[in-house]
Amino acid sequence: MEKSVTNDTDTDTVLVTIDGQETRVPVTFTVLEAARQAGIMIPTLCYLKGINQIGSCRICLVEIENMRGLHPACIHPVNEGMAVKTNTPFIRETRKTILELILSDHPQKCLSCQRNDSCELQALTKQLGLETHPDGDTLPFAGETSDFTLDLASPAIERLADKCIKCRRCVSVCKNIQQIGALGVNERGFNSVIAPAFGRSLDEVECITCGQCINVCPVGALREKDEIANVWQAIADPRKHVVIQVAPSVRATLGEEFGLAPGTPVGKFIPAALRRLGVDKVFDTSFAADLTVMEEGHEFIDRLQNGGNLPMITSCSPGWVKYCEHHYPEFISHLSTAKSPQQMFGALAKTYYAETNGIDPNTIYSVSVMPCTAKKFERQRSDHIYFSETDGDRFDVDAVLTVRELARMIKQAGIDFLRLPEQPFDAPMGMGSKAGVNFGATGGVMEAALRTIYETTSGQSADPIEFLSLRGLEGVREAHVDIPGLGGVDVAVVHGIGNARQLLEKIKSGEADYQFIEIMACPGGCIGGGGQPLVSGPQRMSSDEDYRTMRVHALFAESQDLPLHKSHDNPDIKRIYEQYLEHPLSEKSHHLLHTHYQERPQYAAQKWIPGLTETEDEDFIVVPPWQHEPGMGEPAQPSHPVP
Amino acid sequence: MPYEIDIDPAWGAAIDRIIAAGAPEQGLLNENCLQRSSSLIQILEQTQKEIGYLPENVQAYLANKLHIPLSEIYGVTTFYALFNTEPVGKHTISVCMGTACYVKGAGEIVAEFERRLNIEAGQTTLDGLFTLEPCRCLGACGLAPVLTIGDQVYGRLTPADVPDLIEKYYLPTKGEST
Amino acid sequence: MKIKALTDLQQIKNQAVDDSTMRDINHTLTVNVHQGTCGTASGAKEVYGVMVRHSGDNAARIIQTGCPGMCHHEPLVSVTQPGSEPCIYGHVTPDKAQAILTSHLENHAPVTEWLVQPNQQLQKRITLANCGVIDPEKIEEYIAMDGYFALAKVLLEMQPIDVINELKASGLRGRGGGGFPTGQKWEFAHKAAGSQKYVVCNADEGDPGAFMDRSILEGDPHRLLEAMTIAGYAIGAGQGYIYVRAEYPMAVERLKWAIHQGQETGLLGNNILGSGFSFNLDIRLGAGAFVCGEETALLNSIEGKRGEPRQRPPFPASSGLWGNPTLINNVETYANIPAIIRQGASWFSSIGTEKSKGTKVFALAGKIKNIGLIEVPMGTTLRTIIEDIGGGIPNGKQYKAAQTGGPSGGCIPTDMLDIAIDYDNLLAIGSMMGSGGLIVMDEDNCMVDIARFFLEFTQDESCGKCTTCRIGTKRMLETLDKITTGQGDADDIEHLESLAATIKNASICGLGQTAPNPVLSTLKYFRPEYEAHIFEKKCPAHACQDLLSYTIVSSKCTGCSACARVCPSSAISGKVKEPYAIDQSKCVKCGLCVNKCKAEAIECS
Repeated sequence: MEKSVTNDTDTDTVLVTIDGQETRVPVTFTVLEAARQAGIMIPTLCYLKGINQIGSCRICLVEIENMRGLHPACIHPVNEGMAVKTNTPFIRETRKTILELILSDHPQKCLSCQRNDSCELQALTKQLGLETHPDGDTLPFAGETSDFTLDLASPAIERLADKCIKCRRCVSVCKNIQQIGALGVNERGFNSVIAPAFGRSLDEVECITCGQCINVCPVGALREKDEIANVWQAIADPRKHVVIQVAPSVRATLGEEFGLAPGTPVGKFIPAALRRLGVDKVFDTSFAADLTVMEEGHEFIDRLQNGGNLPMITSCSPGWVKYCEHHYPEFISHLSTAKSPQQMFGALAKTYYAETNGIDPNTIYSVSVMPCTAKKFERQRSDHIYFSETDGDRFDVDAVLTVRELARMIKQAGIDFLRLPEQPFDAPMGMGSKAGVNFGATGGVMEAALRTIYETTSGQSADPIEFLSLRGLEGVREAHVDIPGLGGVDVAVVHGIGNARQLLEKIKSGEADYQFIEIMACPGGCIGGGGQPLVSGPQRMSSDEDYRTMRVHALFAESQDLPLHKSHDNPDIKRIYEQYLEHPLSEKSHHLLHTHYQERPQYAAQKWIPGLTETEDEDFIVVPPWQHEPGMGEPAQPSHPVP
Repeated sequence: MPYEIDIDPAWGAAIDRIIAAGAPEQGLLNENCLQRSSSLIQILEQTQKEIGYLPENVQAYLANKLHIPLSEIYGVTTFYALFNTEPVGKHTISVCMGTACYVKGAGEIVAEFERRLNIEAGQTTLDGLFTLEPCRCLGACGLAPVLTIGDQVYGRLTPADVPDLIEKYYLPTKGEST
Repeated sequence: MKIKALTDLQQIKNQAVDDSTMRDINHTLTVNVHQGTCGTASGAKEVYGVMVRHSGDNAARIIQTGCPGMCHHEPLVSVTQPGSEPCIYGHVTPDKAQAILTSHLENHAPVTEWLVQPNQQLQKRITLANCGVIDPEKIEEYIAMDGYFALAKVLLEMQPIDVINELKASGLRGRGGGGFPTGQKWEFAHKAAGSQKYVVCNADEGDPGAFMDRSILEGDPHRLLEAMTIAGYAIGAGQGYIYVRAEYPMAVERLKWAIHQGQETGLLGNNILGSGFSFNLDIRLGAGAFVCGEETALLNSIEGKRGEPRQRPPFPASSGLWGNPTLINNVETYANIPAIIRQGASWFSSIGTEKSKGTKVFALAGKIKNIGLIEVPMGTTLRTIIEDIGGGIPNGKQYKAAQTGGPSGGCIPTDMLDIAIDYDNLLAIGSMMGSGGLIVMDEDNCMVDIARFFLEFTQDESCGKCTTCRIGTKRMLETLDKITTGQGDADDIEHLESLAATIKNASICGLGQTAPNPVLSTLKYFRPEYEAHIFEKKCPAHACQDLLSYTIVSSKCTGCSACARVCPSSAISGKVKEPYAIDQSKCVKCGLCVNKCKAEAIECS
């Protein structure tokens, strides 16, 4: 997927001259990459390394000796003896005109745009020195503007098409990386619009709400459904007891929002920051991750020993689960019934925590901070809502904040994040093991679950070497583990839906066979989630190392010093089983910690045909769409009941 | 599977036939995925010929059968002028807007149709009889200005010919229905 | 029958020649009803029906062929008597056909008042040689005209590299757009690494006003098949695609039939003429997108995608269809190949100018008497084409400009009528050869309006991929709209020029890069017209409606009230039998009153 920028093994190199500087570069380089090596940063807009390389915006145009016209540096290959100019008056003028054309079809409401200050288009106007003449009040080329309707129906992703600059990054990531194709280019010419087919809302199509499109959008055309206002309101409400859980990967990435380089761990500042926002209790989703490992691990053992559906596939990633429901309903019965950590936590916060602390669950407002936009969808799944005649609908999780939203709240509150004191999370759901924290990277769930499965069944301690092949950022990773008492187990770890799809097809065709698979919807797992800090095109170019690799380093740095290594050793986990849940897969945990899934249509033009349900698996209860679920073609429900 | 595309079974069968027919003749729809997408425009064209237009359920049906994302099929159908996602009239009046026709007054012909049919270019009359569609050069510049109604080409037109042309297609249709 | 070797081909030719000799002996007349799209649209089918039904036993041979290029006289019927020039009848109706049968065929007395002049003495027909002469649906007739002998020569006597060298020596340049040397293009594809290669014919003739490709496809489809098979042999490709516009149903049908005949006879398929070379052809239909005439967009369209262009490099010759080396030429380019192979590079390069060899087909249209297709040697002057071949401007009007190159080209003013037309001269004056559409405009055409027409076209056909074409052409069109509706500003011209420069240099493909040409060339040669629109709010050609004003000349007005009754906006008022007046604030400038006024009392300025 990623094209290596400096590949030292390349023996084929060419000599190019860029702005008078000679530089020797691999023959596989583009002019843009060669220029970067020569220390020249050519401005770009549509270009996104490894994802969108189509040369459509025309901002990176350069002059090439002996060639007519201007050429896009981002995709023009180098060749021997090539002489390139990147900064002539003609190029500067042309780039400016192009930028002015883009701006002439852009709302230019920068001051009140969510992307104010993180907008790549805005950064470009600064870089190219675009200014109106003191006595002219507007930019040139005013004319008709694209006037497209807003798409606000999805519980997770909002589409503000009038801001769209048609760079097509979102289309590329959705179609090529995730291989879903919920978004496409429709119509043509000036009327072209980036949208789902037939102008449908993302809520009505096979969008899995992974948010990768948001991560690549250079402007404010795609963004998460903002839940900040609701959280502020709950915090300000004296009747509300606000508890907040923080997902593992947040501690590896939140620092980027405060100007730190990717890969800087900031976990120690988070509890204090959240307390200063005014929440009552600060908990750690890693605790729930450990619980997920316990339930999922035992479910696997149960399936393996009692002839359950295999391979079992993890269900922590709500984007993946939704994808499975849309595209691979035949694998629904393979999904672990264990809820994701967020939803386990949500269910326990309003039961276990409420009961043991004598708090009325209806006064608890449960917030989660997630690297994920699909979590906003997940919290609204019907199984995660407690329907009550008397108290109204009660959500296990009342609000989901992405890392970006949390950063905005911290900034809004005027908190000097980097000068906060180090504080611990609150008990009894504030302690996670190293295994739980490592959930934040691809392979983390599998490694944790295998370790717990190994040690619970064999009673021996697992050799860590066995799981090393599951680490890293390879798209698909496999391992064979011999577990005393269980036998040999073939496992696979996949991240990115495109990779997942390839793997599922192989399983369907019999080409591959596993017993246990971890699938994360986002490339890199949660550290690459759709709710993580945005990394702009130029930022991605500026470092040789992938930002996701650096985030994995930060995550491991966070987990490294934790005293607890394994989920089943977590004393808080032991305590909750002793005091409340009895044992994994108990009746109570089935009630609180397990869930079911439902087939979803791929197209808005599909209708429900009753009586066609095939499976009799009791964990696979098909819920018809008229039970108002988001993402089913029904209008989204209000984000949460009025407190 | 409990979800099915909401489509007239006759349409579904017609599309199945078109997809199957594409296979032996042109070596399409084989294992080679590239070849499969190559036939998309052909299949869309034949489907439109059969059904008249390409509404959402038809495109979804095709997406499902051809394993191509619906967004991609829709992207293709909205790119090419030939495809309609809305129903069109029984007779499509395509007025050539090529240069030769333009300099010889094709605009006035369109205007006259708009006035007589009480629709704008690109629209269909309420009775579903006529769709008025300015089109790209038909390459019959020698007869400029020209138009086609169905497969029939009419040339050397003036606005005065418009009422006769409408009548020619209007009367037989009315006759059929009574 | 199967044609398995050169001898089979020769036999078919001999047979066909024998047939015509036999006819000669019997003094048989051949009646040729020309049935291209234009002919058919004008009633050629009915004429053909009458001819066939009533020819009786006077032993005339009634045949149908393609378009001879004299579109203004359609439907056309030529009657050929062995040993004499054909008699061509124009504007033939079924009644006239009956009369021709009686008079010419039975009594050998041509109906002279219906005869039209062929006007071919200044032309040189290479690519159109068979159009209107042979029956396009009969492969034998093509073979009789030496068809497929070039293929036989190539397959049996030449190495691929010989073919390419012959082409390079001929000096043939691409007839569809920029005029890239064809031999060089073939050489690139020949040398490109890859076992799977493709030959593609661009028959997506989209330039408004150009119809030579259609004429060749309808009138001589085997010529294209032969040329593409030669190309396949030369570059090492076994599969070809003809990408043809769905708007050309007759061309598609004739191509399909020709491919079928090729396969039946073995001139397409495996082991052609026993040479061991195999080649297949498929048709792909364009679905109504002008940009697909751009070669990389065409490739995407063949692949079943949105017809959006790809950035070059890589060029199709190294990475085309599905990433494989692909040779793309247009119909007219291919149509030259068989003759070049048969008659040699030196023959071909003796025609034309120093850098533009051979002939060029032009589609004459617009305000010109002899509308039609002509083929002339490169270097013929525009004046010869318009005045001598085209017959000049009808209705006593003045020539104003000729537009070549379609939406990518420019307008050529009167003082440049004497330039010799070739690739380089046209480029130098801000136009281009393009596919060969030549639209003549007279004093009634407003050049600003024409520029606006082309911009509207390119803007509508822009694929939307790159910024400059997507938004840039829109902004240019908006500016031209302003000017033609009387809202132009003093800086609009400068504005247009700077935007044009950016779009030209920065767009991905030819459509965008050439989109500003019609504006730039009209600005260059007809700037005063722009200035009149902007500063005086007048359209000198009286074409831009919003800039017109209608007034009633009191002295001529009879007060009949006809104008007032027809006025849709009730802008005309007055008392019967007294002069009427137009309220300028209400007038919508529709011009209906002018047509209604019998006294010619309403003036337009």
